[in-house]
Amino acid sequence: MDPSRLRRLRSAWNTAAALLILTVLLFPVYWMLNTALQPASGIAVSWFPTAPSLDSFRLALASQGRAMLTSLAVALGAVAVCLALAAPAAYGLAQSALRGGRSVVFTTLITQMVPGIVIANALYSAYAELGLVNSYLGLILADASLGLPFSIVLLRAFMVSIPGEVVEAALVDGANRFTAFVRIVLPMSRNALITAGLFTFLFAWSDFMFALTLNTTDDVKPVTLGIYQFVGAHVSDWGAVMATAVLSAVPAAVLLVVAQKYIAAGIAGGSVK
Amino acid sequence: MSTLARRPQLLRWLFVAPALLYMAAFFGYPLLRNVLMSFQHYTPTTYFTGEAPFNGLANWRAVFADPLFTEALWHTALFTAGSLLGQFTIGLALAVFFSRRFRLSGVVRAVLLLPWLVPMVVSAVVWRRILDQEHGVLNTALQALGLSDGGVPWLSSPSVALLSAVLVNIWIGIPFNMVILYGGLQEIPRELHEAAALDGASPWRAFRSVTLPMLRPVITVVLVLGFMSTVKILDLILALTAGGPADATQTLGTVTYQLSFLRLDFGQGAVVGNALVLISAVFAVLYLRANRADFGQGK
Repeated sequence: MDPSRLRRLRSAWNTAAALLILTVLLFPVYWMLNTALQPASGIAVSWFPTAPSLDSFRLALASQGRAMLTSLAVALGAVAVCLALAAPAAYGLAQSALRGGRSVVFTTLITQMVPGIVIANALYSAYAELGLVNSYLGLILADASLGLPFSIVLLRAFMVSIPGEVVEAALVDGANRFTAFVRIVLPMSRNALITAGLFTFLFAWSDFMFALTLNTTDDVKPVTLGIYQFVGAHVSDWGAVMATAVLSAVPAAVLLVVAQKYIAAGIAGGSVK
Repeated sequence: MSTLARRPQLLRWLFVAPALLYMAAFFGYPLLRNVLMSFQHYTPTTYFTGEAPFNGLANWRAVFADPLFTEALWHTALFTAGSLLGQFTIGLALAVFFSRRFRLSGVVRAVLLLPWLVPMVVSAVVWRRILDQEHGVLNTALQALGLSDGGVPWLSSPSVALLSAVLVNIWIGIPFNMVILYGGLQEIPRELHEAAALDGASPWRAFRSVTLPMLRPVITVVLVLGFMSTVKILDLILALTAGGPADATQTLGTVTYQLSFLRLDFGQGAVVGNALVLISAVFAVLYLRANRADFGQGK
């Protein structure tokens, strides 16, 4: 057999193996979709949705639609808080002239290791004193902590590579350090900001622990808490539960399609550096 | 030093200050407050009366005397070790596999990230259905293949539930391990592999004596980050088994949650939380020591 044919054959085998791996690993995702698409027909769920119906999705939206909006509002709020804090901090820390800056970066790395339940344990007491339990503001502020260390580390790694002369030139032209930051550094860091924002959004959207511990009523109930309470009672309609699961996985799926390069950059950049 | 030289320093710190204040409030304060809380007596009425008197070592004694704490510690160790072993091995195998050049490699690799991006509670709920003893699709499939007849009690038997939780967590963690290790593999110069092949090394030999040593820094990072996120596990267990059956899947995370937020004994919850912090701190030190070389270079 000639080498080019052999290479093509090998590539085809690898592709087949990759698709098999994909089938096995993504089966739970398929099963979620499959169960959601089969109308509430008792217990038996067939392997394929031969007669798909959107009834379960209607039920899910009716009972969890509000929770999804809450998740969206809280996640967007967390992104805003997180980036507003992380971007200037990263810029400050990216400058080697900042004395003591390295120990701040060090501290930031360490905060990533504080268990969330420990934060929640103490935060609940503080929130009770401040009247922040069961409030959007309280949950947004807590969720911002999920993305902040990651965002600082990621943005700083990017801003280190912005040449100092660019900012110095603006300073010579009469801009102060803050306007130079807003007009020059932020636009140049667009991709890193998008990556940090996306991840913070995903972290906040996925948050369950702060939602569970910092809320005692249903006033602020994100969809992760909604689906948890959904299965807490005796479940009679798994179709609706799975439809809720599908809906709450939509942001992840959408981001995977539209922002794949940012996701890859974020996982690599935020964890290794 | 003159005032003029000091002002730019002050200005630069102004950029960092808001984030620093926030981290002090949301990371520093909780750590300190937890230590304090572990010496205070909290009752369900504390939040009405505002009274949590200091009670010395009573919380610590109560927690350590409870066999549930030892059990949870053991479960946490098993859960963490099992999860990391599975995630890392499969993640590394997939990273090596996807380093080959073939059609659709990039697309499949991207789609495989999905389990990691879906909220963990949601994954746990889906798995809870899949693993259901009577109606779950896993048992249906095993029975159809003739591999089991009675149906495996994945989540309903105390001796199997922890293993099931580990399997689900391995599934969740594979993508993360794969992506990071894949990134590490791409940074190893191809010439090294070619040189090894020219020297007549078998692929396995080349993997062991060229790839693995070169990958070591990345391996350390992925294992330590995996450890940090696994040891504090809470979402997954609560939604999958709620710590049961018969406390068979209680971990330090779930025990902290139950003591504080269900029994409203925040003092005892803080004790378990502190134990969790202590364990994480030990590994944080190991991580920072491993990263020190990289860190010292200033980037």
